[in-house]
Amino acid sequence: MREVVLKEPGDFAEWRSAARGLLASGIAPDDVSWRGSAEGASLFGDEAVVAPAGAVSLPRELLEIAERVICHRDPETAARLYRIIWRAARDRQLLARTTDSEIDWLRKADKAIRRDVHKMHAFVRFRRLGEEAGRESFAAWFEPTHRILRLTAPFFQRRFYGMDWAIVTPDARAIWQDETLNYGPGGTKDEVPDSDLVEDQWRTYYGAIFNPARVKIDAMRAEMPKKYWKNLPEAQDIAPLLAGAEARVERMREAAVSMANPLTDKWRTRVPEDLLLDDDVKTLADVARAVDRCTRCPLYCNATQGVAGEGPERARIMLVGEQPGDQEDLQGRPFVGPAGQVLNEALEEAGLDRTRLFLTNAVKHFKFEPRGKRRLHQNPTTGEIDICRWWLDKERALVQPDLIVTLGASALRGVTGKSASITSMRGAVHELEGGTKLIATIHPSFLLRLPDRERAAKERALFVADLALARKLAA
Amino acid sequence: MSAKPILEKLAVLADAAKYDASCASSGTVRRDSVGTKAIGSTEGMGICHSYAPDGRCISLLKILLTNFCIYDCRFCINRASSNVERARFSPQEVVRLTLDFYKRNYIEGLFLSSGIIRSEDYTMEQLVEVARILREEHRFGGYIHLKTIAGADPGLIALAGLYADRLSTNVELPTEEGLSSFAPEKKPETIRKTMASVRVGADAAIEAAKSRLIGKAKPPRFAPAGQSTQMIVGADAARDDDILKTATNLYSGYQLRRVYYSAYSPIPDASQDLPPVRPPLMREHRLYQADWLLRFYGFERAEIMEGARGGMLDLAIDPKLAWALQRREAFPVDINRAPRELLLRVPGLGTRAVDRIVAARRLGKLRLGDLAKLTASVKKVLPFIVTPDWRPGKLTDSADLRARFAPPAEQLALAL
Repeated sequence: MREVVLKEPGDFAEWRSAARGLLASGIAPDDVSWRGSAEGASLFGDEAVVAPAGAVSLPRELLEIAERVICHRDPETAARLYRIIWRAARDRQLLARTTDSEIDWLRKADKAIRRDVHKMHAFVRFRRLGEEAGRESFAAWFEPTHRILRLTAPFFQRRFYGMDWAIVTPDARAIWQDETLNYGPGGTKDEVPDSDLVEDQWRTYYGAIFNPARVKIDAMRAEMPKKYWKNLPEAQDIAPLLAGAEARVERMREAAVSMANPLTDKWRTRVPEDLLLDDDVKTLADVARAVDRCTRCPLYCNATQGVAGEGPERARIMLVGEQPGDQEDLQGRPFVGPAGQVLNEALEEAGLDRTRLFLTNAVKHFKFEPRGKRRLHQNPTTGEIDICRWWLDKERALVQPDLIVTLGASALRGVTGKSASITSMRGAVHELEGGTKLIATIHPSFLLRLPDRERAAKERALFVADLALARKLAA
Repeated sequence: MSAKPILEKLAVLADAAKYDASCASSGTVRRDSVGTKAIGSTEGMGICHSYAPDGRCISLLKILLTNFCIYDCRFCINRASSNVERARFSPQEVVRLTLDFYKRNYIEGLFLSSGIIRSEDYTMEQLVEVARILREEHRFGGYIHLKTIAGADPGLIALAGLYADRLSTNVELPTEEGLSSFAPEKKPETIRKTMASVRVGADAAIEAAKSRLIGKAKPPRFAPAGQSTQMIVGADAARDDDILKTATNLYSGYQLRRVYYSAYSPIPDASQDLPPVRPPLMREHRLYQADWLLRFYGFERAEIMEGARGGMLDLAIDPKLAWALQRREAFPVDINRAPRELLLRVPGLGTRAVDRIVAARRLGKLRLGDLAKLTASVKKVLPFIVTPDWRPGKLTDSADLRARFAPPAEQLALAL
């Protein structure tokens, strides 16, 4: 039987070098007895074997876990870890065997350590020592469940670089001073100040943020176990807060409804006069403002905003699309999404300047179906198109274009009030009541949906040709 | 305005802030104070530094800049017509409190909200100013959550996004009718527009990061922890279905990280329009479970509502179980062969248990004893699964399956 005496329980480097030596010499776990030592006896008894680093290869994940788990206070930890690495050296899949009882122990021990580390990050409470040359210094007393100071100190270093601090625990201490982190021996509570002025503010905050109407003591104790309370300044308030909670809620419930605060009307904001009547809509700016408040159909309920047309009031050509898409809905402008990109490129190719066109949609609010993190476009119904026609007519009356280009079937319906297939109308110039000319073509989003490259190129060329025809007609 | 001592202001303005459920400090970028030699870090995972006896985590200093408010939302303790005590912090006072608390390791950072004073823009400017002082004058690296004031100028929101980790705009009530009768000054479309401008800002920042020419020149981040919102449950007549409908719309449209559900709880000097009820905590809990099903379990809202009645979730059993009881033909599921998506639908199996099962079954067939090591509640999953040593037989279709899970009636009354 080989006896190993560890000088410092919880010191990963010491355990690792011992374990490496044993592993390299092929000494089985059953032939080793691991002991902690208070008086600091020699590491390996008489027959130390020191193996060079890297002599035995182990999964990196296992070493990372071992570095944490060695901090566990369970006296069997060193032995159990050695048994696991002994097996891991022979079974590369060992860590994945979550149903193995030793791996189950390892995972649970690791979880306990990580929880303890997390709780230490959370529950250390610094008290102010003083200030020198503009640099403040603080100290904290903390009693972690396991020997985890070295696992937690780097976190405090990253967080509190700009101040000096010390954390004292029963096993060890960490001191951050002059931008250096040092470790030292354990200490006692009275090395740390017993008060801090800011604690009064903290306790006031703790009491005020507590809602007496929803007491859930078990939820609190599950996350903030009682063992930590003795070093948390706010914990002394838990009992009195709980004792008074029921009475506070009762008082709220029984209090007679009081008169409104006399300053209410002075403070209250005037509800803005934003509800334009239909007859008040006289300019394109009015349309933009009023369409955003339109409730003629229920589409406004879920959309971000009504998206009105955009372009010069004297535009000769009006382009009408179907409805705003995801991006148009967010940005409040027509044709700024993927279909807008396609349109922009086609316009350029056809020799049309977008800034001289009036672009709008048959329906002014985005209709969609939520699906996870995306909104899927839905076609508007003819009913929705017909209701929204009021706005399109208004825009037509204000802009008075010579030519309207409808993009897609919904746009055609919006402009003509009738459903017709684009194929039957395409390629010809139609005349609307009042002499306005009409060209019907596809919606650019149609091009985005074509999986076949050759067909997409063909359709795109046709689309550009339609736009070029529009340019010729308006010239 | 009389100058109240800081302790009194803190008591008033923390009390006024506690009805906002969010206290998260997770999901932002990694930062530390090593480079700045100042104070503050964020490491992805949030930290709850304390817990109040209401079981809620205290991660941030959650306060209002002021509880004076020109709005008169009936459900709100700070509404104009309330006789609650009023106070106002100066931006410097909030900065001081934040740093003092942070250096003592009480908090992860600041969650600052405010009543509306003068105008939406003025209020937003004040909030942004606090964040600016913390970030620029103190190089504070901790977490900052700012409330975006619905209707504030998009330029101010863009600025807020540069300083804050998270922005949030509260919907408060899920339906148009609810808002117009309980919060006459709040307009749903204004709220949605504000959320849209946060999303547009975030998208633009991501786009800028992608298209940069020099790899090291990092463009500024925009609210890296995203945006969130809150809905009050039980103050108006909205049903769970309305609430989840609004939630799915918001998740899909504005890429919200979280929707918080807050059981309406009695407030001092309550408006007479509201019932002085106990906060519906179980209803709140069921909504959170449904929300999780939407985001992590591949459920659609309509599926969740299959297990509901009259648009309300079952209070006695969780929504996944309620759905499964309506869809028994989908069960039992073979633990060793079912795809991940199907395992996620088994009542009692969480995402973590499913991941563990999928990893473990690669190394060999899982039996019931193995399953006990991978999940907390084998008993709960039994009617819905098959393993080499277990078949539920008629259990899956038995009429009293619901009774197996639903607690006795008197316990339910307590939970409410």
